Amino acid sequence: MEQTGEYTVPASRERVWEALNDPEVLERCVEGCRSMTVTGEGEFEAVVAAKVGPVKATFTAAIELHDVVAPESYRLQVGVKGGAAGFAKGSAAVQLAECSGDETRLTYHIEGSIGGKLAQIGSRLVQAAARKMAASFFERFAVDIGRSQGV
Amino acid sequence: MANETGIGAAVKRKEDARFITGAGRYTDDIGAHGQTYAVFARSPYARARLNGLDLAAAQATEGVVAVFTGADLQADGIGDLPCGWTVHSKDGEPMVVPAHPPIAVDKVNYVGEPYAVVIGESLEAAKNGAEALEADFEELPAVVDLASAASADQIHENVPNNQTYDWELGDKAATDAAFAEAHHISTLEIVNNRLIPNAIEPRAALGEYDAASGLYTLHTTSQNPHLERLVLAAFVQIAPEARLRVISPDVGGGFGSKIFVYAEETAVIWAAGKLRRPVKWRAERSESFLADAHGRDHVTKAQLALAEDGTFLGLRVKTLANMGAYLSTFASSVPTYLYGTLMAGQYKTPAIYVEVQSLFTNTAPVDAYRGAGRPEATYVVERIVETAAREMGIDPAELRRRNFIAPSDFPYETPVALTYDTGDYEASLAKALEHADYAGFGARKAASEAAGKKRGIGFSCYIEACGLAPSQVAISLGAGVGLFEVGEVRVDVTGSVTVVTGSHSHGQSHETTFAQIISDRLGVPFENVTVLHGDTGRSDYALGTYGSRSLAVGGSALIKATDKIIAKGKKIAAHMLEAEEEKVDFADGTFTVADSNQSLTFPEVAFAAYVPANYPLEELEPGLSEKAFYDPPNFTYPAGAHICEVEIDPATGVVDITSFVAVDDFGHVVNPMIVEGQVHGGLAQGIGQALLEHGVYDETGQLVSGSYMDYTMPRADDLPSFTVDTTVTPCTHNPLGVKGCGEAGAIGSTAAVMNAVTNALGVASVPMPATPETVWRAAQSA
Repeated sequence: MEQTGEYTVPASRERVWEALNDPEVLERCVEGCRSMTVTGEGEFEAVVAAKVGPVKATFTAAIELHDVVAPESYRLQVGVKGGAAGFAKGSAAVQLAECSGDETRLTYHIEGSIGGKLAQIGSRLVQAAARKMAASFFERFAVDIGRSQGV
Repeated sequence: MANETGIGAAVKRKEDARFITGAGRYTDDIGAHGQTYAVFARSPYARARLNGLDLAAAQATEGVVAVFTGADLQADGIGDLPCGWTVHSKDGEPMVVPAHPPIAVDKVNYVGEPYAVVIGESLEAAKNGAEALEADFEELPAVVDLASAASADQIHENVPNNQTYDWELGDKAATDAAFAEAHHISTLEIVNNRLIPNAIEPRAALGEYDAASGLYTLHTTSQNPHLERLVLAAFVQIAPEARLRVISPDVGGGFGSKIFVYAEETAVIWAAGKLRRPVKWRAERSESFLADAHGRDHVTKAQLALAEDGTFLGLRVKTLANMGAYLSTFASSVPTYLYGTLMAGQYKTPAIYVEVQSLFTNTAPVDAYRGAGRPEATYVVERIVETAAREMGIDPAELRRRNFIAPSDFPYETPVALTYDTGDYEASLAKALEHADYAGFGARKAASEAAGKKRGIGFSCYIEACGLAPSQVAISLGAGVGLFEVGEVRVDVTGSVTVVTGSHSHGQSHETTFAQIISDRLGVPFENVTVLHGDTGRSDYALGTYGSRSLAVGGSALIKATDKIIAKGKKIAAHMLEAEEEKVDFADGTFTVADSNQSLTFPEVAFAAYVPANYPLEELEPGLSEKAFYDPPNFTYPAGAHICEVEIDPATGVVDITSFVAVDDFGHVVNPMIVEGQVHGGLAQGIGQALLEHGVYDETGQLVSGSYMDYTMPRADDLPSFTVDTTVTPCTHNPLGVKGCGEAGAIGSTAAVMNAVTNALGVASVPMPATPETVWRAAQSA
């Protein structure tokens, strides 16, 4: 699976970068997030209740930050376990660009794969589910950070 | 009476009253006191090492009775699931067999492979327990693509190149010589798409253990309960056969997928003994997709050599067959002895050489599915014959006619090890051409073109070999079991008849067809005949139902038993009527002394056998109950001509089957209504393969067609109203002169559809399934 997205966030690049690295902000902004814990240097663990089509489960995601170039870019390496619901894994390359005014353009590119029940039943739905999760995240993120203006 | 319900009558099915009213009794309808529920934890990975399995949370889950792993089964001496047919490679070496523990121990090799079983007081508890299992998988690169599987990562430690065998059949030198002389050579590369069986009733099992007697009882959805018992006793080591009873009650469809002995019923019966409590399991539909044996999945290159006049000189076939991750119960035989042997088709091709390499991949095991090897063979032969006709500019019906084995050629020995007993291929084709109005095709095509549509017609003159036989030949070729069948005719005291057959009915209507045979032969009213089946506690060792064998083999056993009943009845009647035995005739339910007016009815003789007042006890045992084993001397060879006509909308790629004609030769027909139903079902499955169905794994080995959202089963509106007819050349070597009809529809139809689709589009080849997208793309490039 591959997916690319772009959002404009109404805050400075430094502010966006800071927020993206703040587990409390992330916990508030990821829909269904039960917890977001720092597990080490550049490592998080998230517990998220999510639904992909008929597959509903609590997923545990281990997230590692790589290639960190503050405040411009990083790559998230993510491994998601959903028990009987299956698994997902992949990476997300995130880039922040300064725009005119006090805005930041965030682009992401996800490459990943899914397995188990998620793939068996949800493979057609997972793209849409990922896009929906991303949209929901940035909507909340924009509100959280100040004023909203998702594109 | 006999005429209305006897052989040849379209008697309504005895079974239907209970099926239609929901009164059928399936495995999941059966419960046992104190029963527990099993849920299997299944691998989400196509290939992974299982480095650890933490059971604590699952064991602590409320209502969980026990959690068992593959190691628990091994520690108890539970053996591997065996493959029952040893195929030998070209070099004479036996196939290489990987270990196949029922529950994975330290590695998993396909998505859906069970790695633990959780037993709960309720289904909910068992599911919660399975959710709580913590498995530490180390994912490994999966081998998914069949074409490159031989050079990919080695899946099993003992299986180099992922190859179980590299088999050949036929005369390579003679075939090469034929090609050297050819005027024309047609070449075809085709993929036979993977199918997922989808019986309406998912697999299920209820295991029970009686500690007092030490007897195990397994209710399960098996097509052949004795085979299940044999494997569980002799290979898996559950218990000796005598202490294990396997019952297959009503079973809702099998299509081959319920022949095999699977992990789940093995674990269930073992766990019942271990826990001393009944254990029930029923597959969810998602599990059926993942863990029922799949069908087909070949990659083939075929070449046909022809003389200038279109005479076939030689056929060369090279096939890669996907075995999936392990060898299922009869997997090895399907792409070899049920495939290579069919390559002569209906034709006098003098030289044929077939090579089959069977390979492992990290996908669900592949085994027999309706037709089992013969649909794949027919697809090769009939697609390449059609291709050759187009390339040489010869009418496809005419090219077939020129090469048909003629009625005077029978018995006909093919270059690929079969001897056809009888047939009249020209007769079936002629009748089919008439039904299809072949002469009017040109006008219909022109009309379609005028409407912006593309019309095509396709033929398939299939042969099939069913009622696998004879035992000694098959065993010499590697079969691990005999191929006979047993039947018992128990005449009751009052003259009604209880029949116990070793054949199993899971939709085939044995209760009706077999009752017709008995009613016809013994003159007993149809409604006074009851047919019992599917219970190792009731019948002698039997082989069950697969490969369209029930009537030809199981029915023949019943005829043999009936002959014994009549012979004994004559002795009893002779004694009672004080006549010579040779002078007693039996017809229409009456024993008559020749040239006299003395007679006894069948019930009178039966009564005398059980209340032996006037009975020759010193010469004859009392009772009137006979059993017979019948070992068929040869296969039966149903054959026929299928003609499919399609109209394609090039704008959408939608294929509309405007007519489908099937003219089949099944020899004598016992119940034409049931036979027609079998043909309809087979056609639906064959057309489903051609246009709709496709089992797809992604490159990481995930099954992405794992639900009805993505796996398309044929529906009524995908199918035309079929034109079904028959011709008759009676089988020469069984007492009823019958041939199998259960698989023919699925064997013949797929090639006819694809020949029609490619004819309409004017292209050499379109991959199956010919979905609207595939057809639209082909139409764009045509």
